Amino acid sequence: MDKTNQPHHISQQFDVELENLRNRVFAMGGLVEEQVKKAVTALSEGNLELAEEVKKGDLQVNSMEIEIDEECTHIIARRQPTASDLRLVMAVIKTITDLERMGDQAEKVARMGIDLAGMERPRNGYMEIESLGIHVQAMISGALDAFVRMDAEAAVQIAKMDLKVDHEYESIMRQNITFMMEDPRSIKRVLDATWAARALERIGDHAKNICEYVIYLVKGKDVRHTTLEQLEKEVTGG
Amino acid sequence: MSSNSSAPMTHGINIDALKKKDSMTSEADEIALTVKDLKLFYGEKQALNGINMTIPKKRVTAFIGPSGCGKSTLLRCFNRMNDLVDGVRIEGQILMHDKDIYHRNVDIASLRRQVGMVFQKPNPFPKSIYENVAYGLRLMGVNDRRTLDDVVEHSLRGSALWDEVKDRLHDSAFGLSGGQQQRLVIARAIAIEPEVLLLDEPASALDPISTLKIEELIYELKSKFTIVIVTHNMQQAARVSDYTAFMYMGDLIELADTDKLFTNPKKKQTEDYITGRYG
Repeated sequence: MDKTNQPHHISQQFDVELENLRNRVFAMGGLVEEQVKKAVTALSEGNLELAEEVKKGDLQVNSMEIEIDEECTHIIARRQPTASDLRLVMAVIKTITDLERMGDQAEKVARMGIDLAGMERPRNGYMEIESLGIHVQAMISGALDAFVRMDAEAAVQIAKMDLKVDHEYESIMRQNITFMMEDPRSIKRVLDATWAARALERIGDHAKNICEYVIYLVKGKDVRHTTLEQLEKEVTGG
Repeated sequence: MSSNSSAPMTHGINIDALKKKDSMTSEADEIALTVKDLKLFYGEKQALNGINMTIPKKRVTAFIGPSGCGKSTLLRCFNRMNDLVDGVRIEGQILMHDKDIYHRNVDIASLRRQVGMVFQKPNPFPKSIYENVAYGLRLMGVNDRRTLDDVVEHSLRGSALWDEVKDRLHDSAFGLSGGQQQRLVIARAIAIEPEVLLLDEPASALDPISTLKIEELIYELKSKFTIVIVTHNMQQAARVSDYTAFMYMGDLIELADTDKLFTNPKKKQTEDYITGRYG
């Protein structure tokens, strides 16, 4: 069933409300993506000002979550949505929770950035964290894009990126353990950097969750807690 | 969820059980009525275009669809109410206990005892509350006072009306409110213990609270009866039924588990109708 080309509701106002809801999720996602980008830059460049900006920005992310949540409650109370409309509202409620958590993780990266700014910097300037950051940003924007276009196939591809992000995080871990063993004086600094990498890895997990909600939205199948193979099968086979 | 040890498990999810949910009606349900290629014509005009479906026993099956889609017509086929309409021609079969209810040897009065019906507008007889409920039994020749008393009380309790009327059983039924009258009519229908209860828009003339009482009643009645309900109110179908059938222009478009139909319908026509995109 092609969901992007659905006929209008008899109630045009309902169409407006759902469109508005979708736009607000997209706006919130855009803000979170921006937060992650700023946080990673703040950390890699040791930019304190930018890090503070991220901390402030998180308040906005939080208030957007509350607003959208309220909007969903109103739609359920007033419209009693069914079928794809219901799945959209459910997917939005879940998506914004993950987006808000991503925001928290971005703030964590920024805080680590503030801590690290006062310490000795490695020669590569946290290049590996920057690279991990770029990959999770791609996951966020890809997941949001799949959401807006209701593209389950794209959602599967984005969800698969989480494997790479996980591998990247593991290799950062291994590298950092080596650093700490070589020079115990670096432990405080390297631990902070590890926390930041961990936060980015978690953002990837949240982006993968959003992909699963997209599949639920489009296919009506709950694919949480299944394997990637299963997820792909549901999308191509369903 | 049933735990079948041989079923493939993925992270605690029993895939076979999920698949089974996808089929139209659960295999565990016994079948009360089977409709086979049922066609109905009002004169030249065909109102039902070959309906095939099963109505599961002791479950609530709701028919939804726009006006004129044939849902009431189909409902009326189950107790041959359409026989009373001039110029009606019916083809196909409806099986109850493996016998076609349209077979020429079928005694219609006895069929209607097995398949009771309640209409949109409550239609109590101009008699006392007591006599309304006792009516069916008296018609069957039961006149023993104690038996009648028992059945009247039991039926009124069954239709959740007893507490409201027990002190005025011999007052006229017309003194009751619309919602009470509708529950009285349901009591009258269940007094003769039918197997199937057909409800044609049973709550559409009632206020929201009376409506909820009828819905609650339907929920309780399904432990004893097979219920088929026609409703214009989709939320009502969603609230009370186990299975929902969506009909459109004389065709059965989709029959599915109510949870499934309202969250993830298979057919686009169903999706458009229940999300209000119809028209």
